[in-house]
Amino acid sequence: MFRVPLAKAISLGSPKRVANIAVRASASAASTPAKAPERIEVFVDDIPVQVLPGTTVLQAAAMVGVEIPRFCYHERLAVAGNCRMCLVEVEKSPKPVAACAMPVMKGWRIKTNSDLTKKAREGVMEFLLMNHPLDCPICDQGGECDLQDQAMAFGSDRSRFTDINFTGKRAVEDKDIGPLVKTIMTRCIHCTRCIRFASEIAGVDDLGTTGRGNDMQVGTYVEKLFLTELSGNVIDLCPVGALTNKPYSFVARPWEIRKIDSIDVMDAIGSNIIVSTRTGEVLRILPRENEEVNEEWLADKGRFACDGLKRQRLIAPMLRTPSGELQAVEWESTLIAVAKAVRKAPKGSVVAIAGSMADVEAMVATKDLLNRIGSEIVCTEQSLPTQGSGSDLRSNYLLNSSIQALEEADVVLLVGTNPRYEAPLLNTRLRKSYVHNELELALIGPKVDLSYKYQHLGDGAELINQISTGTHPFAQKLKNAKKPAIILGSEMLARPDGAGILATLQSFANKISKPEWNAFNVLHQNASQVGALDVGYRPGVETALKAQPKVVFLLGADAGIVTREKLPKDCFVVYIGHHGDAGATIADAVLPGAAYTEKQATYVNTEGRSQQTLCAVNPPGLAREDWKIIRALSEVVGEPLPYDTLDELRERVEDIAPHLVQHGKLETNSFATLAEQLAKDKKIDNSKITVRQQTLKDYFMTDPISRASPTMAKCIAAVKKQEAKAH
Amino acid sequence: MASALVRLNSIPKHNLSAITPVIANQIRGNTTQPPKATPPPPQPGTPPAQTKTKFGGLADQDRIFTNLYGKHDWRLKGAQKRGDWYKTKEILLKGPEWIQNEVKTSGLRGRGGAGFPTGMKWSFMNKPSDGRPRYLVVNADEGEPGTCKDRDIMRHDPHKLIEGCLIAGRAMGACAAYIYIRGEFYNEASATQVAINEAYQAGLIGKNACGSGYDFDVYIQRGAGAYICGEETALIESIEGKQGKPRLKPPFPADVGVFGCPTTVNNVETIAVAPTICRRGGAWFASFGRTRNSGTKLFNISGHVNNPCTVEEEMSIPLKELIEKHAGGVRGGWDNLLGIIPGGSSTPVIPKKVCEEAIMDFDGLIAVQTSLGTAAIIVMDKSTDIIKAISRLIMFYKHESCGQCTPCREGIGWMNKIMHRFVTGNAEPAEIDMLWEISKQIEGHTICALADGAAWPVQGLIRHFRPEIEARMKKYAEMANK
Repeated sequence: MFRVPLAKAISLGSPKRVANIAVRASASAASTPAKAPERIEVFVDDIPVQVLPGTTVLQAAAMVGVEIPRFCYHERLAVAGNCRMCLVEVEKSPKPVAACAMPVMKGWRIKTNSDLTKKAREGVMEFLLMNHPLDCPICDQGGECDLQDQAMAFGSDRSRFTDINFTGKRAVEDKDIGPLVKTIMTRCIHCTRCIRFASEIAGVDDLGTTGRGNDMQVGTYVEKLFLTELSGNVIDLCPVGALTNKPYSFVARPWEIRKIDSIDVMDAIGSNIIVSTRTGEVLRILPRENEEVNEEWLADKGRFACDGLKRQRLIAPMLRTPSGELQAVEWESTLIAVAKAVRKAPKGSVVAIAGSMADVEAMVATKDLLNRIGSEIVCTEQSLPTQGSGSDLRSNYLLNSSIQALEEADVVLLVGTNPRYEAPLLNTRLRKSYVHNELELALIGPKVDLSYKYQHLGDGAELINQISTGTHPFAQKLKNAKKPAIILGSEMLARPDGAGILATLQSFANKISKPEWNAFNVLHQNASQVGALDVGYRPGVETALKAQPKVVFLLGADAGIVTREKLPKDCFVVYIGHHGDAGATIADAVLPGAAYTEKQATYVNTEGRSQQTLCAVNPPGLAREDWKIIRALSEVVGEPLPYDTLDELRERVEDIAPHLVQHGKLETNSFATLAEQLAKDKKIDNSKITVRQQTLKDYFMTDPISRASPTMAKCIAAVKKQEAKAH
Repeated sequence: MASALVRLNSIPKHNLSAITPVIANQIRGNTTQPPKATPPPPQPGTPPAQTKTKFGGLADQDRIFTNLYGKHDWRLKGAQKRGDWYKTKEILLKGPEWIQNEVKTSGLRGRGGAGFPTGMKWSFMNKPSDGRPRYLVVNADEGEPGTCKDRDIMRHDPHKLIEGCLIAGRAMGACAAYIYIRGEFYNEASATQVAINEAYQAGLIGKNACGSGYDFDVYIQRGAGAYICGEETALIESIEGKQGKPRLKPPFPADVGVFGCPTTVNNVETIAVAPTICRRGGAWFASFGRTRNSGTKLFNISGHVNNPCTVEEEMSIPLKELIEKHAGGVRGGWDNLLGIIPGGSSTPVIPKKVCEEAIMDFDGLIAVQTSLGTAAIIVMDKSTDIIKAISRLIMFYKHESCGQCTPCREGIGWMNKIMHRFVTGNAEPAEIDMLWEISKQIEGHTICALADGAAWPVQGLIRHFRPEIEARMKKYAEMANK
């Protein structure tokens, strides 16, 4: 809110730049070879340390492993310096300095453990606790509360707040800011982290302070929804229990839960998450730090849709009865029924269609099975152009610049995408670059709110041609840019003229690409997409439908693209997946699979980074891991697959594409110029460009899990209610 | 907050040495005389040594504010008759260095409370330009209870201020001045605006101000009545249209100030005396008052005196003499005096015994563990309930805290609760020490000096009136036990 322009001004004007971003910032500044600024020596508790000018006391202390307590300071947010918890003594300074904000000077002797420092901390802690309710036993933050921990470590061991007997503590009215974030504002310690997150990272100025002094309140001024797709992050940021997870409230204590590292599959970013479980139930999902992917944020769908994992689940194998109903049966009879259909089907008439959440292992197993019975047609629901090099070259379908490197881009053209909802954490990167690096953005597509300013070029497809031929003024900007980027939404590629758009933009991107910088990017929406293409699935269901299939395997294909009407009458549909959604409804046999929290599985994100989920809970009921279902089926079909364990299966995956088992590593490619030569069709029809997710209410339900989530339903209702309001 | 505080915050670290003796005394809380200044090497900008030993009794021809009481015409014609705008062009043409030097020679220290040497403050703007414009901001958010000097300047002598803006602006290469006037000062803002309009029409400011070839604009920004907006960085935020919450320093306003440009914030009185200093010479100004405390000063005397007034007097005048001479003495005679707050509500109160020897200048009051502040003298006679009086002040500070920093937001509220009980005596004697400790826990732990200003009155009360507090507690306990 009030710090951003100041921070901007500092970075522009003052030579003595106050590094207010983080150690990372100064470290990255150091890595640029421009001119290495001279390091200065300071002493932290008499340990000498060489730091760059502009390093704050807190960062200097962190370099020698001394952690200074803090509440308002957060390395990804602007410095507020108002909690005063980080006060430390500096020799010869008459009073303690705020370590988070004060840049070190040459020769400073910082004392993080002196009597003055301890006394200052104790004083601040006493003041914080003075009006903070001592309701830790009923507070959801209990056990993971910064205030609790720091009160233990740095606070006094007794209270002298005698006024508790006279006037008591301050009480503040709770605010209703939506169905995701619960507020208990009496607990607020006014660190303003949430305000800074909202205005700096999320780009919505919904939160702020009203009132002064002791009457200061954090809130929205008029009661309104905290309208952002990143609202859950303020829960993590809040150092006390003022902002807590509403669906998770009073559910569990942090010491009771198991935490399993995993990957989010609600979008194609592949955010790193921690799944918290207790007694076989996923209770909540938290982000896990990964600088290259999601920093430490998580979008609301990834965080809050987890209650959809408990609803609409397929818990038993089912077969359709002659009367047309799905009936739960044993695994054995289901597998036999499916195997019978598969064996009966003529060669080449068995197809598989992978949905948005299919994992690499299941897809490989399915493909292997189909190949063994003489069928080649495996495809994904999402369609991409197949002409020219199509999906043969990875650079055709990847976010080639990589998520982290897009921060460095200086001119970005978005085509047919709304990254704010299709990939919220990519959008935060773009916004960060817009705020700090003066990134210039333009959009071809419907005019949407991206949380930052951009040039709206229009929504006509002919604009793409104008850009590529250089007749559009923005093309010149892209050409002159040091690191230009074109981000193409995956929905564009599903258009009839997708091949033309792809080829046109790719050849233009090649013109503006630099060595070591590929300007061409495709932004996917499905977590499974890149993995599927990497293991040889064909994008689009057309080939599968054209083949007049007798048996269709739907690997969680729930987007509703495949319908009964499009399939031959006698086609036997097998659904393997975890939710009773569009796919299961049309199936003749339902094989209940595992959701992403219930299996160890590989997913490849939109930039081509392979990552794996871990099994946090067991699949419910009779549901089993997807690849195991295929393996069992292969046995019944009579073509047993040659792997019995996940490791063996992964060896097979490695044979197909070695990078898929290199989890966490980004595998890049550089066949961009080759792709351009292979591309032939550059025709673009002049129709309007549109995207599915345009406003916040389109964001919450996009896949079987979020469609089953009551929390997501509440979100949509809340957004609609907010839209109906006057302000 | 034209605050009566030594705002260490506002001083860049590398310049701290200039006021180190001040701080050292404050930290030690010592009662000894300030260390004797070693004879400085003669260099330009050094005030001449003071040879006088008696101060006070300013002669009429040495007064700067000749229309302080509004008895004459305050508009341009009248102001010019009294010598304003006389040879302003010549002063401007002498250049920034000359003006800064003259102000340095005068030994002028900021009149807003902190007492930072003005010449030095202006010289922070000497850095080579990086293309950003520079601004002068005049702090006319006079909100310190007891202080009423700036409003008299603005309504009765606004041209002094505007001419001062021009000269100070020239000295620091500023392109414009913003006068931030407290919201409640409607008449003052009107008069100042009229004076600005007159100056524009007469070509004194604006394009080619006074024919000097120098362009200079003066704008008025009215506040909305928040005391905290008198803190220089909060004032800057407020001018920018944001909540008036003090900024972290560094960066100092001289680096990043209003709209991200180098800025100097000065008090109205500081700016208003600058033209006279330039016309009559820094040495003339330095001939008043003790060394390092030179000049004349507006004193506001209010409270239990026979004739409350604002008066221009020489610095270093003894407190008793000031009150007897100009305010007609304490109500009911000097012996009826209980205590005096000598520099606006945020400075610690001193009892009668100390008042007898207190000298009204920066060092003289630091020697008695209080501060000159804005030189707003609040006199309290023996009819005053001193505990209630201080309690009322704390209530004011509690109300005016911006709420940013924890010690100020929570601590002052707590002090207010305790003081409230002290008024009735509903407390334990041990809580007096607790209150002292709390005030020490607040002081110096915040972004700005408002919290210090709230802590000091409490400290002054405990330092000098502890028996009164204890007696009241005893009385309350007796009543409760009956």
